[in-house]
Amino acid sequence: MSTSGLKAPMKRRALIGASALTAMALALAPVSAGAQDGERDSIRIGYAVPLTGPNATGAGITTIPNYKLWVHDVNADGGIELSALGKTLPVEVIEYDDRSSTEEAVRAIERLATQDNVDFILPTWGTGPNLATGPTFDRFGYPQLAATAVTDLAGEMANRWDKSFWMLGGGYDYAVALVDLLSEQRDAGTINNKVAVISVADGFGIDLSKAALPAFEAAGFEVVYEQSYPLGTSDFAPIINEVSGLGADTFVAFSYPPGTFALTQQSVVSGFNPKVFYLGVGTAFPVYPNIAGENVEGVMGIGGVDPDSEAIKDYFERHTEVTGNPPDSWASAVTYASLQMLQQAIERVGDVDRDAVAKELSTGTFDTILGEVKLVDNQLRSLWTVGQWQDGQFVGLAHTEREGARDPIIPKPEFKPAE
Amino acid sequence: MTRALWLALVIAAVAVAVLAYMPSQLGPYPLGLMIGIMSYVVLATAWAMFSGPTRYISLATVAFFGLGAYTVAVLGDYLPYPLVLACAGLVGLVVALIVGVFTLRLAGVYFVVFTFGLTELIRQVVTWYEVNVTRTLGRYIFLDITTEQIYWQLLGLAVITIGIAFWVRRSRIGLALRVIGDDEVVAAHSGINIPATKIALFGVSSMIMALAGAIQSPRWTYIEPSIVFNPTISFLTVIMALLGGANRLWGPLLGAVPLFLLFEWLSAHFPNHYSIILGLLFIAIVFALPNGVLAFGEGLWQRLRRREAHS
Amino acid sequence: MLLSALLTGLVLGGTYALIAMGLTLQYGVARIMNLAYGDFMIAAAFGAFVLFTSLGINPLLGMIAVIPAGFALSYAIYGVMLQPLARRAKHSGRLEVDSILATFGLLFVIQGVALVIFGANFVSYSYLAIPINILGTTLAANRVLALVLALALGAGLYYALTHTRWGTAIRAVAVSPQAAPLVGIDVDRVSRFAFALGGALAASGGVVVSMYLTFSATAGVVFTMKALVVVIMGGVGNLLGALAAGLILGIVETLVATYIDTGLTLAATYLIFLAILVFRPSGLFGRRPS
Repeated sequence: MSTSGLKAPMKRRALIGASALTAMALALAPVSAGAQDGERDSIRIGYAVPLTGPNATGAGITTIPNYKLWVHDVNADGGIELSALGKTLPVEVIEYDDRSSTEEAVRAIERLATQDNVDFILPTWGTGPNLATGPTFDRFGYPQLAATAVTDLAGEMANRWDKSFWMLGGGYDYAVALVDLLSEQRDAGTINNKVAVISVADGFGIDLSKAALPAFEAAGFEVVYEQSYPLGTSDFAPIINEVSGLGADTFVAFSYPPGTFALTQQSVVSGFNPKVFYLGVGTAFPVYPNIAGENVEGVMGIGGVDPDSEAIKDYFERHTEVTGNPPDSWASAVTYASLQMLQQAIERVGDVDRDAVAKELSTGTFDTILGEVKLVDNQLRSLWTVGQWQDGQFVGLAHTEREGARDPIIPKPEFKPAE
Repeated sequence: MTRALWLALVIAAVAVAVLAYMPSQLGPYPLGLMIGIMSYVVLATAWAMFSGPTRYISLATVAFFGLGAYTVAVLGDYLPYPLVLACAGLVGLVVALIVGVFTLRLAGVYFVVFTFGLTELIRQVVTWYEVNVTRTLGRYIFLDITTEQIYWQLLGLAVITIGIAFWVRRSRIGLALRVIGDDEVVAAHSGINIPATKIALFGVSSMIMALAGAIQSPRWTYIEPSIVFNPTISFLTVIMALLGGANRLWGPLLGAVPLFLLFEWLSAHFPNHYSIILGLLFIAIVFALPNGVLAFGEGLWQRLRRREAHS
Repeated sequence: MLLSALLTGLVLGGTYALIAMGLTLQYGVARIMNLAYGDFMIAAAFGAFVLFTSLGINPLLGMIAVIPAGFALSYAIYGVMLQPLARRAKHSGRLEVDSILATFGLLFVIQGVALVIFGANFVSYSYLAIPINILGTTLAANRVLALVLALALGAGLYYALTHTRWGTAIRAVAVSPQAAPLVGIDVDRVSRFAFALGGALAASGGVVVSMYLTFSATAGVVFTMKALVVVIMGGVGNLLGALAAGLILGIVETLVATYIDTGLTLAATYLIFLAILVFRPSGLFGRRPS
């Protein structure tokens, strides 16, 4: 290479470098350059949620509609009252797509916290992503109201990150509640003591089966079948065919959608009719009754809502009206309640002081659609754990703190295959 | 020749020094952005090191990336950090060598899909192992490593990667690989040990990918297979390298930087139409820049120079 | 037990074969590595869903509308987007890279449009979810339909490819796009037709699969990858190979689930796939690369 030959690539490189810098400046520019402090005219709330990629479905059912509904409700009421400033301010939203990637989610939070200078950040969807973004929320001192994360380590996480709040319990809560409920039924002679358990090979499925299997054994159940299946399995015929010959009255699947739906369809077609048919995530989704048709009656699953609560009834109606779809009957109401708590905490503090708001969240008592809520060690311990479809509603059968609102229908009505 | 090389080295050293100094000047978000960019620069350059000259399109990037991250999660609590990194690189290297031996016979599209299948196989096996043996799927990485340190490590890795790529291009191996890409028969007759050359390069490139995953993993605290074996990473790496020009030293870098910033800009400003705009841009890029950004830039430059010479 | 597992596996394999046949045509003949293939299927599935739920047209009748639409759309896409790339490419490696990049973009466009129209929700309806008893094994009618359709399409197309002039031209282009023009074959036209035919097959697969699988706007990639695995296993451009590979995959998955461990079904799929590639690098029925 001669010296004159070197000049050309160097100039070129400088050119390219300059254009790269311009591009970077463009990318870095805050999305909305709202002047703050001096003349605050809104409360800025940011969130990065999966709008594309594999997590988009979950977020699209539970998380995003509730964020939208809450913002709609708050702004329709005139906003959030900040007594320290003597004003009531509307909520302004900054929304990013985290593309179902943890790295993107972490960076989006960094961006919201330091570029956009938002006042509060709402968390992303799912257990893994919430655990993975925990340290980033903590680093910038933002409260994290994880309403869609199920983890047995909630207590440990809350200790580690003192502004994190875990609203959906751990696998242990759900598994033990289910076993307790089934033990009662077995002791009453409604079902035999054989149970078949399958679980999806995913954080959720493992947490639940890890807690449920010893609990079943301890309660004197005989686990006649126990397998995990990979996420993405579309055909459950081999599993259902095998399980249906084992004489278990209870079938428990710690499943994930769309497997939850495929399991239902396969069981109906195979004429598999256990007295208790329990499924995991997705059972409480509004789409589930469409999939199961009339066979939905008596299907049990994780979650549930209080069927006698006026607040929940009203919430379902408003959710359907504002977002176009009904909410799911498990984490949706919890998500909305977590936002109500945030709003009330801000109003009590009277300012967007995140430390004070976090403190209020962990010590205060809040009036939400779930009823009166007070967190214990930064966790919501008042949870619906087992639900069942009864008369077109996914009603709660078991709750961690109060008696179940409804009695289970066991055995469930027989599945009727389509003609 | 030597003077030019020295000059290039000085420029490179200054550039690296500036980049290393940047964290103190940048806020957390730009730093996060730099980490993302640096990560893809490393991945795309490592990818192109093997795939550029051989024209073997590999979709296994994330397999090694994920293995690296998992190594840190498994060993992070037991070994000192530098040793953990060494293990991560070693795991990547060993897996790549084993795989390399089997993939020798494959060419073209078969290799593409093989590498994709390999990624899925590794992901499934890791999942199965965690479910049935350790009975926890997610793992926690609580290491005291700051964002700045992650950035500096990635910067170092990027320098090493580009250095190796530079060296490979100038050495006999690089020549051998380019010959393979052009014609395997000719290459075989010219006395080049094709299999060994291919495997060696595949191993080195995979080792770098594993290190990239290992270095980044402390940033997330929590990992599970769906997080670290996300196939999007493989696809983006390929696209960035091809866009920049996989056969040039600086091609992957020049593909990674603008594309990464473009994704970031689109997802912030058009969160609801991100997919559509991105897709259309892609199609436009294929039509407008058929040989990659760098080749386009060079073509443009030559045309400008010619015009200057004429006037 | 074994018979039942085999039958269940065959039915599952029917689905795999059905979704792979279109891709093998697009890839083997038109030389387009279509990463948006699964999203075509999802688009067809949405089409069937809309026809069924809002107009009450059953999916089998709906196919009459959706399949030609798939053909026309693919024909147009090839003409506008892919033909220029094919003409520009000087060698097949070049076209491969270009088509990967271009169809990767197409994937995002289709997915993005589906997200805007239908949102991110799961979509499902049930049709022909009737149990039927074959040799003592209860199977779902809609899944059996997928197998029957795969066998019928496979056999029909195979006959057409081996016994008609058009078929001969398509096979000639598949074997050697360089030599085909020498015997008077218009490679552009044949490629375009093959790509469109593949699109029609993708549409039929999408409609059938939508009867029993829950899908969503972002689910396309799963189908693309499954189809790609089957195509490569069977040998690129080989319809019967795709059929056989699909059935084998289905049977292997079911046998592993029944006799070994349900957790290893997908791992087994990829293991078989990798093993076939290692020992027969051009697929089960593929020709050795020259």
